[in-house]
Amino acid sequence: MVERTPFLNFFTHVILFVGFVLCIAPFVVVTIAASHNLKDVNDVPMSLLPGSDFWLNIKTAWTTADLGPKLLNSFIMAAGVAAGKVMISAFTAFSIVYFRYPGRTFIFWLIFVTLMLPLEVRIVPTYAVVANVLSPYQTILDLTGLSWLVEKVSGVQVSLSLGLLNSYSGLILPLIATATGTFLYRQFFLTVPDELTEAARMDGAGALRFFIDILLPLSRNNMAALGTIMFLWAWNQYLWPLLITTDQSHATAVTELKQLIPNVGGIPEWNIAMAGTLIVMLPPLIVVVAMQRWFVRGLIATEK
Amino acid sequence: MASITIRDVKKSYAKSQVVHGVDLDIASGEFVVILGPSGCGKSTLLRMIAGLEDISGGTIAIDGTVVNKLEPRERGCAMVFQNYALYPHMSVAQNIGYSLKVAGVPAAERTQRIQAVARTLELEHLLDRKPMALSGGQRQRVAMGRAMIREPKVFLFDEPLSNLDAKLRVQMRSEIRKLHRRLNATSVFVTHDQVEAMTLADRLVVMNGGRVEQVGTPGEVYSRPASRFVATFVGAPAMNMLEGTVELDGLSLLGGSRRLAVQRAGLAVGTQVAVGIRPEAVRLVAPGTAGALDATVDLVEELGAGRVVYVDLDGASFSVMTSEAVHPEPGSTVGLRFSPDDLHFFSSETRTRLEVFKASVPEPAL
Repeated sequence: MVERTPFLNFFTHVILFVGFVLCIAPFVVVTIAASHNLKDVNDVPMSLLPGSDFWLNIKTAWTTADLGPKLLNSFIMAAGVAAGKVMISAFTAFSIVYFRYPGRTFIFWLIFVTLMLPLEVRIVPTYAVVANVLSPYQTILDLTGLSWLVEKVSGVQVSLSLGLLNSYSGLILPLIATATGTFLYRQFFLTVPDELTEAARMDGAGALRFFIDILLPLSRNNMAALGTIMFLWAWNQYLWPLLITTDQSHATAVTELKQLIPNVGGIPEWNIAMAGTLIVMLPPLIVVVAMQRWFVRGLIATEK
Repeated sequence: MASITIRDVKKSYAKSQVVHGVDLDIASGEFVVILGPSGCGKSTLLRMIAGLEDISGGTIAIDGTVVNKLEPRERGCAMVFQNYALYPHMSVAQNIGYSLKVAGVPAAERTQRIQAVARTLELEHLLDRKPMALSGGQRQRVAMGRAMIREPKVFLFDEPLSNLDAKLRVQMRSEIRKLHRRLNATSVFVTHDQVEAMTLADRLVVMNGGRVEQVGTPGEVYSRPASRFVATFVGAPAMNMLEGTVELDGLSLLGGSRRLAVQRAGLAVGTQVAVGIRPEAVRLVAPGTAGALDATVDLVEELGAGRVVYVDLDGASFSVMTSEAVHPEPGSTVGLRFSPDDLHFFSSETRTRLEVFKASVPEPAL
């Protein structure tokens, strides 16, 4: 709809501009603070003219918080979550949309319910499972009396144990298991014309072949969108990495930022903390900029 | 080349039955068109042959092998879809060659066969394009190429021309016909367009309400419709139908206001019948001509080559197709004259064709 109303145009631009300022202001303040020296950053009010210690602060933040390996950890986790999510969502949505089998609705709702149970809600049982992935099986064996039976018969005590604390799998897997991606794919798959499926069947392609040759290429915009969202989401995770990485070697950049925040009574090095924030902010920003084109297309348009 | 044998094939969904026991034999190399209004089960029948729908009852055999339980790819059928169903992310060449790729045909042979098919369909210069960048007619040709490349035993067409504009439709129609003459593959073509059906078919199958009404050559179906449905469905404008009753010395039409002197052979007095006359079999004559029915003109439709004159015959609507240079004014009276040989008779009870009558010229009402 094109309307020629100069006043309305002006008004909408004012609103847009206010929104833009609101969004960009904290970022500007952080950047300026990161360029001050210790004295200037603690002035009240802080000078809004950039200082000259930007690169020095960045360097200090990098070494103090050991950001190199932490950024790598973060990247592995975020990329792993994004990739895992993109794959598992595609598979689950494929199963739900294209196959008729008993219990399909039940499984659909089971997946749906995970939307209402984010990680924070089920964090204690999730932690227990990650601490020993096999504990549910152990419980089943114990409850059914099977482990008792095995112990009586063979004298071997059944005790299954596989811990994922302080590992990439432990960081990644629990974050993959949610339903958001499944629904994004489901909505997209439902728009794929049935005739395409039938044409593939006539061409002799089986279900998996159809999935790989037809469905996945068609959903690449979707994958880009979901991948981007999941990368950002995983990158920004705080509680879960904090909980399961007791060992520094697997800590992520976001949790390590805490190292840079001045303690009460310590030196108020806010300039260093802000510099660290900027570093940690950078990778997701790059991802968004790089993926922007596909990202927007995947969320709004259906290519026909 | 393959024959198709369809025996008492039924299809029902959860509650409703949509195909009620169809029997049909399609000879090898034959071009059969299934014609019917939407919802008559023609597409369902085609999709059962293709293997895209389960068969609820009866058997379908291709070349003597019952295929009820076979996957589409095992039946040797290729299908052209109404919306073409081209893979949007693949080029024309990839679209055409996809079935070969799935079948594991080596790339070199694949390219060669794609080239051959593209040459036949004049698609060579478009092989690298995506379907998005093609016109409707070109997409249609790609869809045909995709079916052709597999050298299938049976070609199935599911209303493939209905998305094209009128001119392209005529062009593609003749191309399909030529292609069939060259490949001579058994083809089943589903359409609701009678012109398409008449021009393409070796044999026409008219379906209605999940049942086959008539099977025959286009000429037979037109000149000797087996039921009232076929009579009114095939031919445009539709065949005129006048209700009548068998009387001792002939036939009374339209509640007794008009009479036809016909010999009745073995039909009981009082039997209700419908008399059909094709609009193109009626001639307009001066009102009051002996042996003609007088009627009032309602509306004249100009077709260029001819005219359709809609007249009112004692309250019943009646159409006349004429190529003569007559332009009757609406409201004026005209005479309708036709040969008794052009009359079709249908039982009002079973709605099927009656062959027992020998008609003579109509007599005006007294």
